[in-house]
Amino acid sequence: MTLYDTRRRKNAIYVSLCYAASVFGLVWLAWILCALIFKGSAGLMPATFTQMTPPPGSAGGLLNAICGSLIMSIAAVALGTPIGILAGTYLAEYGSGSKLAFVVRFINDILLSAPSIVIGLFVYQIVVVPMGHFSALAGMLALAIIVIPVVVRTTEDMLRLVPNQLREASTALGLPKSMVIQRIAYKAARAGLTTGVLLAIARISGETAPLLFTALNNQFFETNVNAPMASLPVVIFQFALSPYADWQRLAWTGALIITMTVLALSITARVLGRQRIKS
Amino acid sequence: MVDVTVGVPNVDGSTILDRAKALARFKFENTFFHFVTFSAAITVLVLLSGVILSLVLGSIPAIRAFGAGFLVTEVWNPVTDKYGAAAAIYGTVVTSIIAMVIAIPIGVGIAIFLSELCPQPLRQPIGIAIELLAGIPSIIYGIWGLFIFAPLLQQYVEPGIISFFGSVPGLNLVFEGPPYGIGVFTAGFILAIMVLPFISSISRDVFATVPAVLKESAYGLGFTTREVVGNVVIPYTRTGIIGGVMLALGRALGETMAVTFVIGNAHRVSNSILAPGTTISATIANEFTEAVGSLYTSALVELGLILFVITFIVLAIARFMLMRIEQKGAQ
Repeated sequence: MTLYDTRRRKNAIYVSLCYAASVFGLVWLAWILCALIFKGSAGLMPATFTQMTPPPGSAGGLLNAICGSLIMSIAAVALGTPIGILAGTYLAEYGSGSKLAFVVRFINDILLSAPSIVIGLFVYQIVVVPMGHFSALAGMLALAIIVIPVVVRTTEDMLRLVPNQLREASTALGLPKSMVIQRIAYKAARAGLTTGVLLAIARISGETAPLLFTALNNQFFETNVNAPMASLPVVIFQFALSPYADWQRLAWTGALIITMTVLALSITARVLGRQRIKS
Repeated sequence: MVDVTVGVPNVDGSTILDRAKALARFKFENTFFHFVTFSAAITVLVLLSGVILSLVLGSIPAIRAFGAGFLVTEVWNPVTDKYGAAAAIYGTVVTSIIAMVIAIPIGVGIAIFLSELCPQPLRQPIGIAIELLAGIPSIIYGIWGLFIFAPLLQQYVEPGIISFFGSVPGLNLVFEGPPYGIGVFTAGFILAIMVLPFISSISRDVFATVPAVLKESAYGLGFTTREVVGNVVIPYTRTGIIGGVMLALGRALGETMAVTFVIGNAHRVSNSILAPGTTISATIANEFTEAVGSLYTSALVELGLILFVITFIVLAIARFMLMRIEQKGAQ
């Protein structure tokens, strides 16, 4: 009976520790979100979205940073998605079982978790140094390199979920493989492919490290991709570490905007991904 | 490909011509598409080799100037142009160890909770909430850590730790010094929160590969939840859990922005984990744009190379482990 009691007591302690671990995880999420809303929502006024980043001591907004982030993210996704989808297609449709596909998959998984600051160094070496100056173009390239592995991974996973009977049926109708993939497999996996792109956008919209020495920063509104461009994460970095209270306030507002965008994107991606699996 | 023209009655020449044209087009498109996807896959390989090559080329001046001593020299002095990576490597390793010590038990605990204990309707929402921790950009952890978490640590937690361990020989050296709030420990703790979802979601995935009949027979023999998890689930999934941990470690080693905010950026190796330090990624983020002189830049690139090599090895081990559990699950 005592052995039984000890076992039950041990189990109770173990189970409550597991509960505590989950509470621990959730507490940080709640705390961070509350802090962001508490500190950042005060700055959510129209001026934030219509004015440029100010010099210290005067009022201003984050317009140039928000636009810069949008421009660079859109360009990076436009550049990285096709490459990612095509490479993912190769892995899922052409390369199953081949040595090359194995190596590419392995390398892609490494790139997926590689430190983003190293990507920044790489783009600095191959773009910024030859051009002689920082530019939004370099920033876009750095972000695109981060987009590619995310899209490759989800594309491959999602294409593998497409039932093989669909492929066999359309091949039996006389469609060549390229059309089976483009007309049938892509359509069947559409929600999944969208998930991949959304995840990639969520990933790059908060990336700071690769932009620090590629796109740098800019106090002014800039649409020229050959010049340095402001982005929300870099502005947050600069403003948060500054000694000026109004800059720090703007940094919190920017942080709130980014977090809400990223969380909305990842929740949408998850819902889309789940629909795919259900159907 | 099937030859469609076989057996088709030869009604008039034009149809056959159209058919031949269409087939030729199909054939071309097919080859072309195969080639395009193939080149995209090769692009991934080219990217990785490009990263390695550019880092190696960029760090040649520093390697020439400092040799292997770079790895063990603590001095980091832009004024005299003398650089050593010891402080940054030390900080990277120590913050990651702290992060792992905190995150492994908690992450696995969350996975056990989600797969064994949690009521069914709550599993999905709690799982998503934990995974959202991975979605929060690292700069957000940084700003939160610097303005909210570090001051609290400094005021309430660190003085307690210092006085508690002050009389314990050995540990008093690890936890000594004034409470700065920012420092190696704070950075490690925030890293732990950031990598928690990687450990918990991968552990949860591999827990799902345990055949239900194994768990059921253990429960049927009268095992408690703790005994089922400890004797059946964890031994069955050990490789997968290690893979998840290595993946999280890879993330922790390379994490930049959160660490840059809270580590204090001091180039020195100190025995106390409460003291400010630096990591490889924080050093690069802080100093790269201000680096004047080719040797300074090159030293920073060499730091990047070291970081990349370390994370590459860790991530490769992670993938290898996860591949093994995938094969096991497929059998």
